Amino acid sequence: MADITAGIVVFPGSNCDHDTEYAVASFSGVKPVMLWHNDRDLQDADVIILPGGFSYGDYLRAGAIARFSPIMLEVIEFARKGYPVLGICNGFQVLLESGLLEGALSRNRDKKFICSPTAISVVNTATIFTGLYRQGEVLSVPIAHGEGNYFAPPEVIRRLEDNDQIAFRYCDPDGNVTPESNPNGSVGNIAGIVNREGNVLGLMPHPERASEPLLGSGDGRRLFESVFGSIVGRR
Amino acid sequence: MPFNAKIKVTLRQSILDVQGKAVEHALKNLGYTTVDSARIGKYIEVSINEADRQEAERICNEICQKLLSNPVMENYAFELEQVN
Repeated sequence: MADITAGIVVFPGSNCDHDTEYAVASFSGVKPVMLWHNDRDLQDADVIILPGGFSYGDYLRAGAIARFSPIMLEVIEFARKGYPVLGICNGFQVLLESGLLEGALSRNRDKKFICSPTAISVVNTATIFTGLYRQGEVLSVPIAHGEGNYFAPPEVIRRLEDNDQIAFRYCDPDGNVTPESNPNGSVGNIAGIVNREGNVLGLMPHPERASEPLLGSGDGRRLFESVFGSIVGRR
Repeated sequence: MPFNAKIKVTLRQSILDVQGKAVEHALKNLGYTTVDSARIGKYIEVSINEADRQEAERICNEICQKLLSNPVMENYAFELEQVN
């Protein structure tokens, strides 16, 4: 990888920003820059990452207030121009609130905050975020959320399926997408989706917490590698 | 004259209200056998310094749609009271 700048947005209440910085910095040639929510300068980032946490204390709704922060106005513009934007956990919630992705996340079906390694199946490898995975590959990536119950009206779900916008689904260790393997009640076990253009990914699991074997899993690493590779490939 | 908007945001019926369910169970555990269900929403008061009622209503609708509720999973309703 050569000279890629990864912008990581820091909201008041973000708490996975430094984990993400650590994961990103482990790729040679990739420089993380931290972008404060009140700034409007994306510092020439090639990719923007919205990290997990509790932006603005999750007041009102998760992601609702972050979506209107000054940096997000720039991020939305950046995404609309086709540049890659990745939202993890709270970042996914922000992307949904901002309208860059469709649907909403409500409270987990079983009322609990869940922090646990989770099996997810790679549903679509034809995105810039999943290119280095195998179709149907089962990954172990942790989730850590209280509001990750993905919801969208049936017509939106149909559109997401028809356009191959579903990137990951929760599954059992053998890759079967079953009701029992659905941790939070998400429609269709959906764990992550891309926008229609394919340059924006939001997911509830934390790839940065599964970025090297010492953390229990290195399965999240190829997500970052895929998107960095796509940036190099486009140059 | 400013207006005071009393805004209620509620989850759509199709969305599982896990907080409401937990409260419902707690009430039943307390012995309130006639309690059928409980749903939890948000109550927000916004004071709007606007002389014209129609304009205050327009602003109120706009802020509800833009920020205070998420139309994908929530409904909103409000009452506007003139403050003297």
